[in-house]
Amino acid sequence: MTDNSLAIRKFSDLANPTRFLALAARLLPWLIGATVLFFVAGLTLAFTTEGDYQQGETVRIMYIHVPAAWLSMMCYTVMAISALGTLVWRHPLADVSAKAAAPIGAAFTLMALITGSLWGKPMWGTWWVWDARLTSVFVLFLMYLGLIALNRAIDEPGKAAKLCAILILIGFVNIPIIKFSVEWWNTLHQPASVVRLDGPTIDPEFLRPLLVMAVAYTLLFFTLHIAAMRNEIWRRRVMALRRQAARSIDREA
Amino acid sequence: MTALFLRDIRLAVRAGGGAMIGVLFFLTVVAVVPFAIGPDLNLLSRIGPAILWIGALLSCLLGLDRLFQAEREDGSLDLMLMQETPLVLTVLVKCVAHWMASGLPLVLAAPLLGLFMNMDSLAIGATMLTLLVGTPAITFIGAAGAGVAVALPRGGLLVSILVLPLAIPVLIFGVSAAYAAVQDPAPFLPPLMILIAITLFFAVIGPVAAAAALRSSSD
Amino acid sequence: MSPHVAYVAASYAAAAVLILALIGWVFLDGRARRQELKKLEEAGVRRRSETKRTS
Repeated sequence: MTDNSLAIRKFSDLANPTRFLALAARLLPWLIGATVLFFVAGLTLAFTTEGDYQQGETVRIMYIHVPAAWLSMMCYTVMAISALGTLVWRHPLADVSAKAAAPIGAAFTLMALITGSLWGKPMWGTWWVWDARLTSVFVLFLMYLGLIALNRAIDEPGKAAKLCAILILIGFVNIPIIKFSVEWWNTLHQPASVVRLDGPTIDPEFLRPLLVMAVAYTLLFFTLHIAAMRNEIWRRRVMALRRQAARSIDREA
Repeated sequence: MTALFLRDIRLAVRAGGGAMIGVLFFLTVVAVVPFAIGPDLNLLSRIGPAILWIGALLSCLLGLDRLFQAEREDGSLDLMLMQETPLVLTVLVKCVAHWMASGLPLVLAAPLLGLFMNMDSLAIGATMLTLLVGTPAITFIGAAGAGVAVALPRGGLLVSILVLPLAIPVLIFGVSAAYAAVQDPAPFLPPLMILIAITLFFAVIGPVAAAAALRSSSD
Repeated sequence: MSPHVAYVAASYAAAAVLILALIGWVFLDGRARRQELKKLEEAGVRRRSETKRTS
């Protein structure tokens, strides 16, 4: 029964999980290699460039903090596209993609928060300020955790996928509103803020390692995402096989 | 539609319907705050609008998971899914009825609590106005959460977690408009206008998302 | 300068721990799933679409 309906839904070539597994197996070694390469290059660059005269050594935190913040937003975008795929095109891999991306996105967001906090302590003298950017990243983190919790709370994969997709999309249209309102709130509450995240325009000397690290992070994300998607497909396959085995035992008995 | 509206209001107002419990919760939350921060009247009047808003937000969320639950239990949810009128419209009517039964009492209870908080009449009026404009937004966005909660065995808490981050803009503009009315330099109208815009925006996406969630959880 | 170096080291360590935890989770999860699949295959349970091929 389940297998039949799966076969019909997975008719189109791209949507075929078996084909996806084959593609992932071919792609993953290359992705892993590229990720390692870029990380080595990025870290070397990050530690060979000179420290900023203003920020000193702490500028090196930027190379791991800023890409993590970028990735936290890109991951949500990937999830939103997957959610569209689930709801509009009923792509069978879309909900696998959304489910696999959520923990990765939460981890990157947490990384951005921790490294940002560690950067803020020597720079601003405090672990946390209710700055617009920090606050909206924190809200994003809460949303990731809520989505993961929701996905775990529903047993049926199909139903969980649809409901999560709806919430992901609501969140996606809400993120700009939240960002905007937090900025408004921030200017209202602390008009003469000493905190300036953007500071002077970035010197190309810092930009180079930053961009290399950003590429490395992006590659890392896609590597992990594809691997996690593969795990999820395997998990569903195991579940389907167990159900099938249980049924055939029933029939024999 | 009118029949559904009236039925929902009657059900909510009846004893055990939950509307009065929401107001009671609101009263209790606001009454507990002075015990936490001390009986300093100046401080209380300064943070009064914020406390009223937090209390209203929490008590709005409290009743929301029941929005579709009763319908699911007695089976009328399936009727709503099958009937001629579009589900989005049904959900919208249910939201409005829910707000009339549980949001409006909060707005009416706000002045009384404002007096407890030693707020002056201008601040009370401004808070009431922002609550009147802002609580529908919470109901609408919460309806989407309630639509999701229908599929969960006990989804109330999880829905609050999911909806609260989305309600942050409402809180920000509600409170800042209420403060702007009292503090001189800050303009009152822009935050109020944005609050209205958010409410209207949520009035569109909330029912649409709730309808989609109800549909996907029923099949 | 030295306390700042500690902050840099701490943030790099935190990022490394998180990334390694992520990689470890994905890797171990994948290995566990693969073992389950293998065990099922040994028990003779096959997907209907895979009765002819072996993969």
